[in-house]
Amino acid sequence: MQTKLRVDRAVRTILLISASFSILIVVSIFVFIFRSSLPAFREIGLQGLLGELTWRPTNGSFGILAMVVGSVMVTLMALVIGVPLAIAAAVFLAEIAPRGVQAVVRPAVQLLAGIPSVVYGLFGMVVLVPLIRRIPVAGNSGYGLLSAAIVLAVMILPTITSISEDAIRAVPRSYKEASLALGATHLQTIFQVLLPAGKSGIVAALILGIGRALGETMAMIMVIGNSVILPSPLDDNPLTIFLSQARTLTGNIAVEINYASGLHASALFATGVVLFVLIMVVNISAHAILNRSNSAA
Amino acid sequence: MNAPEMTSTRPTELPSSRTSANLRKRQAAQKFGFGLLWLASLVVILILLVVVGYVFLTGFKSLSWEFLTTAPKGGLSGEGGISTTILTTIYLVGLILVIAAPLGIGAAIFLIEYQEQTKTGGKFLRGLLQAANFGVETLAGIPSIIFGLFGYALFVSTLKFGFSLLSAGLAGACLVLPTIIRTTQEALLTVPVSLREGSLALGATRWQTISKVVLPAAIPGIITGIMLSVGRIISETAVFYVTLGGSYRLPNSLLSGGRTLSLHLYYLAMDTNAFEKAMGTGAVLIVSIILINLVIDLISRKLSAGVRQNQ
Repeated sequence: MQTKLRVDRAVRTILLISASFSILIVVSIFVFIFRSSLPAFREIGLQGLLGELTWRPTNGSFGILAMVVGSVMVTLMALVIGVPLAIAAAVFLAEIAPRGVQAVVRPAVQLLAGIPSVVYGLFGMVVLVPLIRRIPVAGNSGYGLLSAAIVLAVMILPTITSISEDAIRAVPRSYKEASLALGATHLQTIFQVLLPAGKSGIVAALILGIGRALGETMAMIMVIGNSVILPSPLDDNPLTIFLSQARTLTGNIAVEINYASGLHASALFATGVVLFVLIMVVNISAHAILNRSNSAA
Repeated sequence: MNAPEMTSTRPTELPSSRTSANLRKRQAAQKFGFGLLWLASLVVILILLVVVGYVFLTGFKSLSWEFLTTAPKGGLSGEGGISTTILTTIYLVGLILVIAAPLGIGAAIFLIEYQEQTKTGGKFLRGLLQAANFGVETLAGIPSIIFGLFGYALFVSTLKFGFSLLSAGLAGACLVLPTIIRTTQEALLTVPVSLREGSLALGATRWQTISKVVLPAAIPGIITGIMLSVGRIISETAVFYVTLGGSYRLPNSLLSGGRTLSLHLYYLAMDTNAFEKAMGTGAVLIVSIILINLVIDLISRKLSAGVRQNQ
C-alpha cells in the first residue's frame, strides 16, 4: 500500500511537470522572439519599421509596411473569395445535403484541409500563375496578389466550413421548428434563424481562417512573387492592383532568416512580433464585435 | 391545398391569390437558394478533384518504384528520386512523437484527471492549471513560422544544435503539442465518470485508475490525436525550412540536417525545373495524407460503434 501511494505521488509530479511544459514553451517563445526583436525596435524604431516602405537590409533600411499591407491585402482577398463558398458549403452540409452526399462532401473537405501547403503552392505555380499571366497587362507576371489569394482561399475554406457546420448544427432544434411552424420556408429559416443564432461559432471559424491566412508561409512564397513593394495598380485600371506582386510578413521571415545576422536578423524577429500582434488584434476585435452585438440583442 | 375555399367563408378574407403568390415566391426563392448551395458544394468537390487530379496526372509520369527508392542527386534538373527524403520524414515524425506524445498525453491527463484535486489544492495549483490551459490555447493559435523562428533562435543558434534533425524535432514537438493535448483531453472526457468512481471505490489509487481503467478506454481518441499530428508533421514545411537545413542527403545523426518530403517538393519547385518530380512528390504526400485520414476515420467509426454498444 505504501509503495502504491508513493508511485501515485511520483506520477502526479511527473504529470504536473509535463503540464507545465506547455506554459514553459509559450513563455519561452514570447521571451525569445521579443528579446531577439529588441535591438530592431531600439535601433530602427517603430517609425523606421512600420512607417517605412523600403526594405533593403544591406543599406540599413528595414521598413516592413509594404509587407504588412501585402499580408493584410492577400488575407482580405482570400476571405472575399473563400468565405461565401465556405459558409455555403457549411450550410449545405448541416441543413440540406442528403446523407449520401454528406458522405462525399465531408471527406472531401477533410482532405482539402490535409493537403500540404506546398502542394497548393506548387499547383498555384504550375496552373494558376500561367493562367493569370494571360491577362494582358504590362508588367503582369502571373505571380502576385490574385494568384496568392485564390490559393489562400482554398486553404482556409475547409477550416471555415467545418467549424461553421458545427456552429449551425449546435443551434437548438426548437429554433428551427419554431421558425418552420410560423410558416417560414427552410431557406428563410437558414438565413434568418440558424445563421444569426450560430453567429458566434461562425465568427470563431472566420477568426481561425484569418489566423491561418495571415500565418501561411510556404504557399505564399511560391505564388506571390515576393517583391517588397507596396501593391499598386500596374496601369490606369485600378483593378490591376490585384495583379501586383507583394511579399507577406511570413514570407519575409522564411526567405531571409537563414542567412540574416545582427540587426537584419533582429528586424526579422520584429517582423514576427508584428505578425503576432496582427493576429492578436484580429482575435480581440472579433471578440469585441461579438460581445457588443450579443449585449445589443 | 383547399385552404382558399375555407378562407372564402370568412368576412375579412385575404385575397387568396396574394397568399399563394407570396408562398410561391418564397418557394421559388428557396429553390434558387438551395440550387446555389448545391452549386457551392459542387465547386468545393471540383476544387479538390482538380487539385488532386492535376497533381496525380502530372506526377504519375515520374512515380515509379525507382523514384521512391533512389536518392535525390541535387542539381538544377532535380535528378534522382526521393528515398532519402521519405526516410528523413519518417525519422522526424518518430523523433517528434517521442518528444511530444509523452509530454502531451501527460499534460492532458494532469489537466483532466487531477482537475478536482487542484480545485482543493490551493492557489498555486489552480493558477498552474489555468496557465496551462491558456498556454495550450495560445500555442494552437500561433502561426507555424513563429515556431520556426523560435526553433531557429533557441535550438539552432542559442543552443548550437545547428540546422539538424534535433532542432527541427524540438521545434516540431512544440508545434504538435497542442494538438496532442487537446485530442487527449477530449478522449479522456468521453470516459464516463462512473468508471473512475467504480475503480476508486474498489480501492485502486488514482494512478492505478488512470493507467488501468481510464487510459485503455481513451486509447482510440489518443491515437487519433497522434495520427493528426503525424499528418501535421508530414505537411508542415515552414518550421523545417528554417530549422532542418535542407540537405538532400540522409542525416546520419541527430545533429545533421536533412530534408522532408514537403521540403523536397518546395526545393524542387523553387530551385529546379523538375516540375514533374515535384508533382510526383506531391502525389506521394497526398497519398500519405489520405491513408492517415482513412485510419482516423476507421478509429472514429469504431469509437462511435463502441459508444452505441455502451448505450
